[in-house]
Parts: sequence; structure tokens; C-alpha cells
Amino acid sequence: MFDAIFSDARLWEIVGLSLAVSLSAVALATLLGLPLGAALAVGRFPGRQGLIVVLNALMGLPPVVVGLFIYLLLSRAGPLGEFGLLFTPQAMVIAQTVLVLPIIAALARQAVEDAWREYEEQLRSLGVEGWGGALTVLWDIRFSLLTAVLAGLGRASAEVGAVMIVGGNIDGVTRVMTTAIALETSKGDLPLALGLGIVLIAIVLALNAAAHVIKEVAQRRVG
Amino acid sequence: MSAILPLRLEEVSYAVDGRAIIERVSLVLEAGPSTIILGANGAGKSVLMRLMHGLLAPSSGRIAWNSKGTRRRQAMVFQRPVMLRRSALANVAYALKVAGVPAAQRERLAQEALEEVGLRQAAQRPARVLSGGEQQRLALARAWALHPEVLFLDEPTANLDPGATREIETIIKAFDAAGTKVIMSTHSLGQARRLGDEVIYLHQGRVLERAPVDRFFPQPASPEAASFVKGELPWV
Amino acid sequence: MGLMLRVLLAMMMFSTVQAQARYITVASTTSTEQSGLFRHLLPGFEKKTGIQVRVVALGTGQALDMGRRGDADVVFVHAQALEEKFVAEGYGLRRFEVMYNDFVLVGPRADPARVGGGKDIVAALQKIQTAQAPFASRGDNSGTHFAELQLWKAAGVDISRDKGPWYRDTGSGMGPTLNTAAGLNAYALTDRATWLSFKNRGELVISVQGDRRLFNQYGVILVNPVKHPHVKQDLGQTFIDWVVSPEGQAAIADHKIGGEQLFFPNAPRAR
Repeated sequence: MFDAIFSDARLWEIVGLSLAVSLSAVALATLLGLPLGAALAVGRFPGRQGLIVVLNALMGLPPVVVGLFIYLLLSRAGPLGEFGLLFTPQAMVIAQTVLVLPIIAALARQAVEDAWREYEEQLRSLGVEGWGGALTVLWDIRFSLLTAVLAGLGRASAEVGAVMIVGGNIDGVTRVMTTAIALETSKGDLPLALGLGIVLIAIVLALNAAAHVIKEVAQRRVG
Repeated sequence: MSAILPLRLEEVSYAVDGRAIIERVSLVLEAGPSTIILGANGAGKSVLMRLMHGLLAPSSGRIAWNSKGTRRRQAMVFQRPVMLRRSALANVAYALKVAGVPAAQRERLAQEALEEVGLRQAAQRPARVLSGGEQQRLALARAWALHPEVLFLDEPTANLDPGATREIETIIKAFDAAGTKVIMSTHSLGQARRLGDEVIYLHQGRVLERAPVDRFFPQPASPEAASFVKGELPWV
Repeated sequence: MGLMLRVLLAMMMFSTVQAQARYITVASTTSTEQSGLFRHLLPGFEKKTGIQVRVVALGTGQALDMGRRGDADVVFVHAQALEEKFVAEGYGLRRFEVMYNDFVLVGPRADPARVGGGKDIVAALQKIQTAQAPFASRGDNSGTHFAELQLWKAAGVDISRDKGPWYRDTGSGMGPTLNTAAGLNAYALTDRATWLSFKNRGELVISVQGDRRLFNQYGVILVNPVKHPHVKQDLGQTFIDWVVSPEGQAAIADHKIGGEQLFFPNAPRAR
């Protein structure tokens, strides 16, 4: 059965789309989430504690709810319908970014806040003010932030609710690993579904291993 | 651009949760003599240093420099050096960048600073793998590169062995010789005698005595200082 | 950091290239898609016209809702009464009959309600209700669910009142419902096409088939461009014209699983 799976060009198409969507979403969420988390860690303003609580809670956003919400936004009957984004990979990236952003931001916030205790005095002594200090710390702890990013990647590649609703699981266009597994399960082809599941897990494992190696090598160079 | 010294403290107090840590300290610190803040553990030396450097705001009283724009004109070395995860050279260059030094000059100035403290060989090594003594020297190089008017040092050798301590003291003397105002806290009598021109004795958050080194050590005026010098008051 | 940005840009461009292709969005049903009909049908159409057909498979009710919202260009479902209402309300331009297949009643080999081998669906449902034999329903607003409800009504059973623990409302598609039926050894109403390609049968076999009331008609409708100006009217109409044309109809008849034909084209000849 595995031969049948692997020789199927459609499988690689699905794998490619899964990676493209999830990696794009994680990249976007990282770009937005790291500065957001750092700003929240370093800033002092009324309502900060409340914002931290909300951000932490958003880590648990149900994917299917996010999918529904984005669907209503992107539907032709909705406010952003004119862009025709529904049932496209872009819509899936948007939905997954919304899911992953709180995870990366909340974990970054905690990491930066912990590190800020160590760095704050020295940075302020040098004349580094709030925002610049946050970015310096963010870059300095980049290796520990990798875990936050990998958590986001795990969430994105594992979820099915959001991409199913906003993508429509269209054959050859928006079908990804998780929606394909859901489809094969509902068709009763459980061995195939399980096989796809193993492929998905193997890919995510490979990504994590690669990230780990890169991190170890880079970390050794800067202590 | 006028000098930032003298630094004036007027009736400065600092309290946390109702507990007074610094009580009504009034001081004027002029350019020239290196000043040692001496006192037992818990006397409030670190807090006083941070108040002067501007890292803490006083609960009451006034702290005033002679002119504005003082952040770039003073530097501080802490008991535990904090280095970025970069090379030794990059850490010094970072401080120069923050100070607004143009990119073209940063590397050269950083190299010179490392040379000054004897860390030229370590320029490309990650700062965090250096020994405690080397990291503290790196902190001094970082301060040196900025050519500050005032250098604060908060118990800079408390965690170092005698050999590393000697190296640090040599560099501090170089700062002094170059015209930087050295303000250093320590609980080591020997260090105070070796490096200081004048001593300010701090006891339970209050300044009890201020005198030149030659007059303080043979005969402290206050009974608390006398006990401290005799080794009878290791803590408060 | 720079590498990351470049990879991201490449991915975004990959997806915009996809977006530039000529395509229509067709809202259809899960049973139709899972039968493999579209995978069989569409490549020929796409090669001939260069129009990519993107099928979003939902329940009939949801597919029609998609049409009402304007999120699809064409709907392709199997619930005549609901389709005619869709057109009457102005959401669809015109309904064309395309093909039919039939529903079958599947059930456990052990056959607790004693309906196996029968040709009368209404009698069978009455027996199932009397015996309180387990029955798995889709309960998801689909064409199949709609047909099932009509049949209960024809059997004189007020299912919303008379259902008991024996009647399992799964609220899911045909496949998951069959999974549930296989797991519970329950009866279920399914379209023949899904049944033929369903692999997780367990102890289930066909119990009742051949009743004229199990006839399941498919219709295709263009979403009304008056209500939704962005609808791709030309491309959508091309698809509809092809599906009811001799070529499209032949392709439909050609779709077989294990040598058995799944759908029977019945678009009217003259237009």
C-alpha cells in the first residue's frame, strides 16, 4: 500500500500544498507575533495584564471556530467578499496565521519577559530604550524562540477544521494532508487514511529534526 | 557641550514597600578624585549606585547633573556582566552603535577598546564563553569605548578570584588616569585603599562619613565605620 | 531572516499563479464527489475548454446555501424540491436535469428487522421502526437526508416524534454515517455510488433496492448573476452546457466502479 501511496503524484501535490500553507502561515505569524510578544513583555501600560491573559487564552482558539469566522469574512456575502479569497490557499494561510499568531506571540512574550529581567539594567545603562531593547533581547534569545515557532508549526500542520472550512478541500486546489485524511476516513478507506497520517507525522518530525540541527550548529557559533 | 559633573544629590531617599533603603542622602560628586562607596552588605551601596546612574528614581529628593544628555556620558559596570550572544567585538560595537557612532568607525574603536583591556585575542570568540574575569574586562572595554565622563562600578570584582581582580583593578586605574571620574562600590577595604582617593561610608542607607582615603583608614570618625574597618561588622 | 522572506515570497507567488487560471467554483455534494464522478468527468472538460472546475463538496443544503451567498458559480445537487425552490427564489437561473442514480437501504447481514431482499422501501422502513432496529441517519440537511425524511413520511412515520434510541442522527456526511452504521450494525439509506466505493462495510449488505421511490435525480443550476454579479456566467454556462451535452452525458455513463455504472444520464435531448 505504501508503494501505491508514494508513487501517486497527487500525494506529493498534497504534501507540497500542506507545507506551503503551514510554513507560510508560520512565517507570517512569526513576523507579526515575535515583535508583538516582545512589545507586550517590555511595555508598561494600563491593561497590560489583561492583554496577557487574553493572548494566552487565544492560544486555545478552536480551529473550526477560526475557520468559520474567516469564512464569514471572506464569503461573497461577507465584508471581504470582493477579494474572492474564499476556497483558495491564501484563505487557508490567513486562517492558519490567525490560529498560530497567538501561540507564537504568547510564548515569545514569556521568553522575552524572563530574559528582560537579566538584560534590562545593562541595556538601559547603555542607553537602549524600551522598543530597541525588546528587539535586541528578541534577537539574543532567538534560539529559545525556535520552540515557540515549532509549536506554531505543529498547530498549523495538525489542524483540519480551519483549512477545511475556508479551503473547501477542493481536489487539486485546496486539499492538504489533514483534509485528505478526513476525506479518506469518511470514505471508509481507513488504511489509506492511516498511511497518510503516518506520512504527515513523518514530515513534521523531519522538519523538527532539521530545525533542531540548524539551531545546534548556529548556537555553537555564538555561545 | 559642558561637563555633566558635578553630580548633586539633595536629600535623596529611596524606599520599597515602606522600607527605607536609602535615607536622606545629600552629596556633591566633583570631577577628579576616584570615589569609593564603602559599606557592609545590605548598606544600600548598589541601590545608591543605581540612583546616581539613573536606573532607579528616588522616592523623594533630587538628583541633578550639571548638564543634560547624560546617558551617553556615563557608563556602569555591574557585579555580573551581561553580554549579548555575540562575539566580544560585536558586544563593544553594539554599545557604540547605541551611542550613535557611525558604522564605519565602530569596528576600529571596538578593536582599540579590546586592546586596551588585553582582550585583542578574544575579539571573535563568543562573549558568553569567556571566563568571569574576561567578561568583566569585556564590560570595561565596552565602557572604555564610549569614553565616558563618569564610570560607575558596582562591586565589580566580588565574584572574581584574586588574579582576575588585579587585572580589573589595573584597568580601573587606567580609567582614572585618563580622566574618567570613577565611582565604585565595594565592601573590600583593601580594594578601597588601592583604588580610591576618597571614601564615602554608607551605613543602613545613610552617609555617615566622607573623607580622603589617607584620613579615613587609619582613623574613621564614626564608631560604625571604625567597627567596619576593624572587621567587626560584616553585615547589617 | 532574509532566506525566510524569500521562501515566503516564492510560496505566495506559487499560489497567485494558480489563481490566474480560468476556473469556476461548483458547489456539489459529498456523495457525488466521493463517488469519484468528478475525478472521472472533469479532466476531459478541462482539457477541452481550458476551464478548471473547483468542486467544493458539502451537503445539498449547504451547497445551495453557498449558491445563495454567491460563493459558488454553479450548484450540482440532488434534491429536486429544494432546487426548484432555489430557482423560484431567484438564486438560480435555470435548473437542468443531468443524471440519476438510486438509493439503497443497507443493513446488517443478521437483518433484525427482516427486510432483506425486499423491493419495497416504505414497508421496510415501517418494519424497522416497529422492530426498533438501529438506524443511522445523516441528519445533515443533505439531499440524501431529505430523501430519507420523505420516505419516512411515505411510510406514515413521524420520525421526529417516533424516533427513539434506535435512530442515530449522526449529523455527518455519507461516509461517516456508513462508518457509524458499520460500527453499530445499523440500517442506513445511502446512494449506490457511495456504497460501491465504500470500503469499511463491516457486516453491512444491501437490504432493499429497486424501489422506484429510491430514484435520485441530479440537477445543475447556474447561480443567478443578477443576484451576484461576480458569478462567472460564461464559464459556468459552458460547464452546464457540456454536462448536458451528448459528450458530457456519455462521460457520466462511462464512470464505473468494479464494472458497475454509478450514474444514469438523463438530460432532456432538445433544449
